[in-house]
Amino acid sequence: MTDLKERVTPAVREEPAARARTRMSSIAKHVGLILLALIMLYPVLWMVVSSLRPNNEIFRSPGLALSGLRIANYSEGWNALASPFGHYLINSAIVVAGCVIGNLVSCSLAAYAFARLEFGGKKVFFAIMLGTIMLPIHVIIVPQYILFSQLGWINTFLPLVVPKFLATDAFFVFLMVQFIRGLPRELDEAARIDGAGHPRIFLQVVLPLMVPALATTAIFTFIWTWNDFFSQLIYLTDPDKYTVPVALRSYVDATVSTSWGSMFAMSVVSLLPVFLAFLLGQRFLIKGIATTGIK
Amino acid sequence: MSSLGELQRLGTSSGGPPRKRDNRAAFFFLSPWFAGLILITAGPVAASFVLGFTDYNLIQPPEFNGLENLQRMLHDERLHHALGVTFTYVFVSVPLQLAFALGLALLLDRGMRGLAFYRSVFYLPSLLGTSVAIAVLWRQIFGADGLVNQVLGWFGVHGQSWISDPDTALSTLIVLNVWTFGAPMVIFLAGLRQIPTMYYEAAAVDGASKGRQFRSITLPLLSPIIFFNLVLQIIHAFQSFTQAFVVSGGTGGPSDSTMFYTLYLYQRGFHSFDMGYASALAWLLLVIIAIFTAINFWASKRWVFYDD
Repeated sequence: MTDLKERVTPAVREEPAARARTRMSSIAKHVGLILLALIMLYPVLWMVVSSLRPNNEIFRSPGLALSGLRIANYSEGWNALASPFGHYLINSAIVVAGCVIGNLVSCSLAAYAFARLEFGGKKVFFAIMLGTIMLPIHVIIVPQYILFSQLGWINTFLPLVVPKFLATDAFFVFLMVQFIRGLPRELDEAARIDGAGHPRIFLQVVLPLMVPALATTAIFTFIWTWNDFFSQLIYLTDPDKYTVPVALRSYVDATVSTSWGSMFAMSVVSLLPVFLAFLLGQRFLIKGIATTGIK
Repeated sequence: MSSLGELQRLGTSSGGPPRKRDNRAAFFFLSPWFAGLILITAGPVAASFVLGFTDYNLIQPPEFNGLENLQRMLHDERLHHALGVTFTYVFVSVPLQLAFALGLALLLDRGMRGLAFYRSVFYLPSLLGTSVAIAVLWRQIFGADGLVNQVLGWFGVHGQSWISDPDTALSTLIVLNVWTFGAPMVIFLAGLRQIPTMYYEAAAVDGASKGRQFRSITLPLLSPIIFFNLVLQIIHAFQSFTQAFVVSGGTGGPSDSTMFYTLYLYQRGFHSFDMGYASALAWLLLVIIAIFTAINFWASKRWVFYDD
């Protein structure tokens, strides 16, 4: 195997004709990939364009060319429900902010314990924690609903936010455990010799170093909570408490294909924060799923 | 690297030298997690097991009814239908989705120009796919005068509404799931990057063709990642809800053709407030997912290759 260490150029020496051929196939590949990318994103682009079209045109124009800008779709959609759409955006923002803070605090605490502390039953608890990553929410939703309804929390944001403060998104605990394991232990040891206890090591040594993992957690929590429909549908039945997905869905059911333009307009509005989070945080997102592997 | 690998390794790791225990600090750091385990995850799992043997409508206290819920499941034809719909959805859409993910990951070679761009573009639908907005869009696209039929019209094909035809409604949701192949693709890309280029260089010197290299190097070394994606996407697909709910207007129609298991559970639990039966249904879902995951793990011994 040692003689392979020296660099071996693939496929001996390429003749000009062969090089031209690989060049052609590379161009063909790019053309194919761009075509596929276009097909994949086309429906979304078309929705954005259609949100600016009058209704009758939406059903006649599969293309992307606009004959005019019908901004009225946006004002119509914005005011179509009991409250202006901004109200639902604010509700969603409150839920998302609570979930992000909850996950950052509780998951990092748990992750520090699993990654850096020795304690009785660690292996068992760690296995349980990993197991809960794969636990379907449907299995726990009924007792959870009963619990929260007895606490009088239905139609509040508490059932959506409080669990996040209890490190129930085990996926992020695991992500942070992986990250902390990669940090050099010497830093902890040095702090310990200087007399720091675990709370201080956590706050002043580990936490500042795990900013990338915290960023990944924040962005994923943001996008997942923003898109989450199932639990918001179950816990929020008072229109005043609706979040964006629940409001959008009630709009769809109320209008059934009469005003697609304004429905698309509000759909675009609802996707905008996700898209922005993706643009700003894609580095962390891609790293996050590559190392832990859940979408 | 992955949570699955971690679980598989847990039983075998020998552990390092014994270290000082810090039980008190651990309890402090883990107390939120413990509370969550008892109140939000493990507790409710146990509670729903018990509720599965009761009749409970949230107003009157739960009443034990023995195996009545189980018997009801055996004769509940809508449930059987929902199982059929869900199995079709899972076992058609997941292989297709993973095939796309793997194919694209292989096309996006190491060091290829524009790799980051393509990766982002193909990944984006994974983030949008579970939203209500995209489900709304799907409802239009596959409707009678929707985008798909408009495009088909150019070729002289006259399509009907894909959404309101019981024979095609489920396939529109399968297309939607395949559309989100970006997330497993990114995982495949990360896995491919782990394979040392040295192997391919050595194989090329020995005169192995590209196809041979793929079969003898890429596939075996990537098999743990394929396995990981397979397990996760199956678990994930069993739990699909939003798309079916929005596309069918919450009914699972037309004629129950998009009645996903989770949608049926939702209707029983949160429309009829039949909480006992819904709990039994939830546990059946857990058992089904556990069985398929176990089968996956068992079968993996035959085709997944571990380097170490």
